[in-house]
Amino acid sequence: MNTLTDNTTFDLESSSLREVNRALHAPGVSGAKTILHPRGAHALAAGVNAELQITIEGHVGYYAAGMNQQAAITIAGNAGVGVAENMMSGSVRVSGNASQSAGATAHGGLLVIEGDAAARCGISMKGVDIVVGGSVGHMSAFMAQAGRLVVRGDAGEALGDSIYETRIYVRGSVTSLGADCTSKEMRPEHHQELAELLASAGYPEDDTSAYTRYGSARQLYHFTVDNADSY
Amino acid sequence: MTEQATAHGLRESATFDRTTMAEIRRAASTGVYDIRGGGSKRRLPHFDDLLFLGASMSRYPLEGYRERCGTDVLLGTRFAEQGVRPMHLDIPVTIAGMSFGALSGRAKDALGRGASAVGTSTTTGDGGMTDEERGQSKHLVYQYLPSRYGMNPDHLRMADAIEVVLGQGAKPGGGGMLLGQKITSRVAKMRTLPEGIDQRSASRHPDWTGPDDLTIKIQELREITDWQVPIYVKVGASRTYYDTKLAVHAGADVVVVDGMQGSTAATQEVFIEHVGIPTLAAIPQAAEALRELGMEREVQLIVSGGIRHGADVAKAMALGADAVSIGTAALVALGDNDPRYAKDYEALGSAAGYFDDYQDGTDPSGVTTQDPELQMRLDPEAGGRRLANFLGVITMEAQTIARACGKSHIQHLEPEDLVALTVESSAMARVPLAGTSWIPGAATGY
Ligand SMILES: Cc1cc2nc3c(=O)[nH]c(=O)nc-3n(C[C@H](O)[C@H](O)[C@H](O)COP(=O)(O)O)c2cc1C
Repeated sequence: MNTLTDNTTFDLESSSLREVNRALHAPGVSGAKTILHPRGAHALAAGVNAELQITIEGHVGYYAAGMNQQAAITIAGNAGVGVAENMMSGSVRVSGNASQSAGATAHGGLLVIEGDAAARCGISMKGVDIVVGGSVGHMSAFMAQAGRLVVRGDAGEALGDSIYETRIYVRGSVTSLGADCTSKEMRPEHHQELAELLASAGYPEDDTSAYTRYGSARQLYHFTVDNADSY
Repeated sequence: MTEQATAHGLRESATFDRTTMAEIRRAASTGVYDIRGGGSKRRLPHFDDLLFLGASMSRYPLEGYRERCGTDVLLGTRFAEQGVRPMHLDIPVTIAGMSFGALSGRAKDALGRGASAVGTSTTTGDGGMTDEERGQSKHLVYQYLPSRYGMNPDHLRMADAIEVVLGQGAKPGGGGMLLGQKITSRVAKMRTLPEGIDQRSASRHPDWTGPDDLTIKIQELREITDWQVPIYVKVGASRTYYDTKLAVHAGADVVVVDGMQGSTAATQEVFIEHVGIPTLAAIPQAAEALRELGMEREVQLIVSGGIRHGADVAKAMALGADAVSIGTAALVALGDNDPRYAKDYEALGSAAGYFDDYQDGTDPSGVTTQDPELQMRLDPEAGGRRLANFLGVITMEAQTIARACGKSHIQHLEPEDLVALTVESSAMARVPLAGTSWIPGAATGY
């Protein structure tokens, strides 16, 4: 089997993490790759920079698909902390739930979590689009700079705390908004971008009018004494 | 004191001196805390409080200019067998991480030129890697910071080493800060921020907390870079003994300890002056942690915070550092605070030699600014030459001392070569008070 260009199945029962990641990083790598028995391995399929279709059959540990570039990665299971952290492009789809800091600091691409995402989903996100099928935990979109976060369920405490220019759409309830995060009007362009995001994430039937938009009130963009309690 | 005050026998309060009162008035009138650049300005126990013994009857010196005294250093040897490429530097003085944004692109260019000319490394900073710096730097360390501004896996793979930043000596526990004046369109774009805002910056990494997570984070960085480059962990000096042990356990190749004299681009004054411990107190802690783990020289120790000349380099190394890092001294070599801009400094309400408002973007020397005109005052080629000269001089100074102590390599300097001038420095540096065999508190741990 030519692991470089053929469709390949790796098994973490018989191969080491290093071997699998090395194969996924090989110059000129292409095709569909399947990874079996991940058993919570950390940094699995991290640092891929090729148009691969990668399927991981099972649960993964921290930083799965970290810093992904170009690849379409599907995790058939749950994901640990920081799935798709700092993703640049491509897509990552988690069929189960994701732990904390999903999509943290990611600059681009699409992250879809079909289940729930824990605390700090989209923390410091810098351009990625994140669609969560279920709910997100507290401090999600903390200091989120750019990109869009869509939550089909509910959001926990302090959503969008210290947010910059990320746009957040939530269908369910929001326990509380963080400092400088506010609800905003859904104008036609917002319905449109939300519909596109939902469609690309596989939820084309959702009614966009059931969602509320949140974003920055831009009151904390300059340090002044009146904001002292907010920092 | 003014002449009149002297004539009247007036006494200034040591507690409420004029600087203190000026700050009270400033806070009262503006309602904002004082943000500034630079490091701690008060007198702290420092390398000045140590002396070398030099050779004597029982030790013989090496002949200056004739007998070799090596200066090179290998950084990142711990996992060399697994493929990690150590960085081989010709001199043990590196350029510390300073952000593009805080510094101009031309300053970064100059730092790269100067460092490369003498075979040492430069370091990126908050805000990401610039072409200027990668282009000019033979050895470039890429910082991985809480903000992750401009964090790009392509840059990670272009780096010669990665430095995971947990903190800085000027502000252990604090995040970055860049005020609106310096968020120009290029800086804003690199950081994905709106132009002209006052940047709020995280003090904790967004996707890990604690040493166990750091272990996994380092594993991820190694996987992404295919185990090719060394990984440093930088901490501000505070609980240095424990931080060093935890960094080693987490898998660091190199531990960087930055003492409280270490400079910053911008932080609250109260932070700079009141959080962290002096460089002198931190080095022996780090060295002891490495020794106890059997990792001395295997995990290298880089020390920064107040390194000014070759004697400081030699003292830091004698106490256990494998290399040192400089920030302020490099900026001064480029022209920061130069008296030839005296008038401009005065116009800003400061003076050459006192200027620390790096956050304002008005630096007359053009080093810490994004202002297009001011930047032009720094010629990267000339600046690079000045920095190379300076690095060459301080290396020769350190060699001079090492030879006098009979060492054929700077790295062979040891605590035994040192004595302390004060009780405090003796206790902190763990070398005897000069003329005695007394080290206060020697029997106790941390
Ligand atoms: C202008 C400036 C910018 C800095 N930016 C960073 C940074 O981005 N990341 C970092 O870890 N340290 C930063 N530092 C701290 C330096 O890396 C270093 O720890 C310190 O300058 C060493 O002390 P010294 O200035 O006394 O040599 C900065 C320092 C200065 C002066």
